[in-house]
Amino acid sequence: MTAASGRAGALMEIVDLHVGIDGTSILKGIDLTILPGEVHAIMGRNGSGKTTAANVIMGHPDYEVEKGDVLLNGDSLLDEDPWERARQGVFLSFQYPQAVPGLQVGNFLRKSVASIRGEEAAKGADFRKELNEAMDQLKIPRSFLSRYVNDGFSGGEKKRFEILQMMLLKPKLAILDETDSGLDIDGIKTVASGVNAAVRGTDSGALIITHYSRILEHVKPDFIHVLIGGKIVASGGPELATQLEENGYDWVENVAAEEVA
Amino acid sequence: MPDNQEAREAVGDYKAGWKDTENSTIRFDFGLSEEVVREISKLKEEPEWMTELRVKAYNHFVNRPMPKWGNTSALGEIDFDSICYYLRSSETTEKDWDDVPEEIRNTFDRLGIPEAEQKWLSGVTAQYESEAVYHSIREDLEKQGVIFLDMDSGLKEYPDLVKKWFCSVVPLTDNKFSALNTAVWSGGSFIYVPKGVHVEMPVQAYFRINAKNMGQFERTLIIADEGSSIHYVEGCTAPSYSTDSLHSAVVELIALPGAHIRYSTVQNWSSNVYNLVTKRGIAHENAKIEWVDGNIGSKLTMKYPAVILKGEGAHAEVISVAYSGDGQHQDAGAKIHHLASNTTSKILSKSISKNGGRGTYRGQVTVSPKAENCKLNVVCDALILDEESRSDTYPTMEVANPTARCEHEASVSKVSDDQLFYLMSRGHSEEEALAMIVNGFFEPFTRELPMEYAVELNQLMALEMEGSIG
Repeated sequence: MTAASGRAGALMEIVDLHVGIDGTSILKGIDLTILPGEVHAIMGRNGSGKTTAANVIMGHPDYEVEKGDVLLNGDSLLDEDPWERARQGVFLSFQYPQAVPGLQVGNFLRKSVASIRGEEAAKGADFRKELNEAMDQLKIPRSFLSRYVNDGFSGGEKKRFEILQMMLLKPKLAILDETDSGLDIDGIKTVASGVNAAVRGTDSGALIITHYSRILEHVKPDFIHVLIGGKIVASGGPELATQLEENGYDWVENVAAEEVA
Repeated sequence: MPDNQEAREAVGDYKAGWKDTENSTIRFDFGLSEEVVREISKLKEEPEWMTELRVKAYNHFVNRPMPKWGNTSALGEIDFDSICYYLRSSETTEKDWDDVPEEIRNTFDRLGIPEAEQKWLSGVTAQYESEAVYHSIREDLEKQGVIFLDMDSGLKEYPDLVKKWFCSVVPLTDNKFSALNTAVWSGGSFIYVPKGVHVEMPVQAYFRINAKNMGQFERTLIIADEGSSIHYVEGCTAPSYSTDSLHSAVVELIALPGAHIRYSTVQNWSSNVYNLVTKRGIAHENAKIEWVDGNIGSKLTMKYPAVILKGEGAHAEVISVAYSGDGQHQDAGAKIHHLASNTTSKILSKSISKNGGRGTYRGQVTVSPKAENCKLNVVCDALILDEESRSDTYPTMEVANPTARCEHEASVSKVSDDQLFYLMSRGHSEEEALAMIVNGFFEPFTRELPMEYAVELNQLMALEMEGSIG
């Protein structure tokens, strides 16, 4: 066992993860550990490998794990299919949620909850109540339920729908891939309230992937990691987001380069 | 005529039918001839005009060449001499469920008919092989004066009504397979809805091919008198058999002025069945005819529900889905003829092909020179699930009046890996995810069905998606 994977009680551990797609290396050795109740953020520019990290944790079939491991509660996820990971408590809020014409939101939510939390959780008045409360919190109208999944949704509606799913599926580990992009400040606050409700004061954890520090002001992550060129070049507390905001990614890059030198 | 000779040779040792003591079954040997046709009519104690109509139709069938379009190679494989043209598995038409022979009742129990009846049915004609064995009409229907019988009983009890309308929509010379049906038809439904009567609940019949080499030639005739309405639902499930089977039905609808007929079908044939069906309706002034038509399975389906918009202000709708899997070809679509002014029509066709299956949309919409201000809308969408499968579209519009407003849209799509991954990330296996996409694609059709049929169709498609991955 490596030192990283030895942390007792870790919710998720990423250990020396190397990932490629179509023969190109994208992630070049990442280590990250999330304890229950913690919120981590990964920040980085476009093309730094953020979405790859999210997709690999969820099990996207196009990516090849060249080396390393991803563990949930001490067990490797890498041999598990995406739906098995979902049933074990991994959730990904997609940067680009897919439309499924003809599949009604209400039915889809019920089936997903039944699949992940069990048939009982998706039945009766309790589920209806839970659903209504979550929709109210996210300011989603009831008429939403009879629409088709992401079909003709605005950018903001798609992101709210991702968070609605997260709240209902009650994941152990929620990964939010650029959920804040394309949202106005009200949308960001709404999404942040959803994340806080799902993680704070629970045993769950969250990994927020973002370009910008705005959402982090409302979620207040415990740790921030900066991903550049497939490697985490800096990690720190919330203050790192402020420094990034002021000085830009070049600053981190320079600092990291000096450290290596 | 070589066909004729072959047919005669094949039935050289024709016997006048034999009786299976176990099931009280009368069945003919394989193959067809004029004698067989006459014998069928005689056994049914039909009026002479029907016998002669059958014989004329038989001769037309024999002389008419095979269609030269569609899947001609599959059509060429039909061996008419290996088909049994008449089989009666139960002596009489039963009125009461308890009187239906147990073996047959078990089959229908598995199809859930009695339970379904409580919820949805206004009456049941459950066709077991060639004849209705169970037939009931709810009292309220009888009180309203609605006639709902199997076609054989309809002919016996209402010969004048049948004579007036039979072959009035699909003439016996219409096509080779409708001629065959007219020659050897057996079973099917006969419905007459009196003026102004609205049948609130869907009326339902189950059909089932259940014997090896059993051709099924049911004949359905629905007449909705002025200002009346009815929704007829027909469902088919067929067990698998190793030899080819022919299903060639004819359905005729007559919607008199102001009447509304909706005819819904979900058919799931085993993959050796030829399903060659002629469905056509005539809509008079301000009448409305809707075909809701789902085709799953079969070796080859050729079916183009048609509406002739004969009266001013009439409306036609054909909503259809087709699913073709391995070795299957669904050649389906719609035909609508605008003969009168201010008539409107809508076609929505959706097809899915998988595992080398082939889906063909073949549609024809015509507007006659005298028909002013017609509106027509055609949408056909295809979903192809893998590289081996195929989809073709042959839309034809012949518009001879410049005031017509025509709209046509067509799309072909594939299931993307990202779509599947999205659904899988919500706890659904790859098969479940695929079924969700497929059922979503069919949803504009499914929502038109009575709920139990919608559920059945969704389950069927989920079953079809099993084992389709990897």
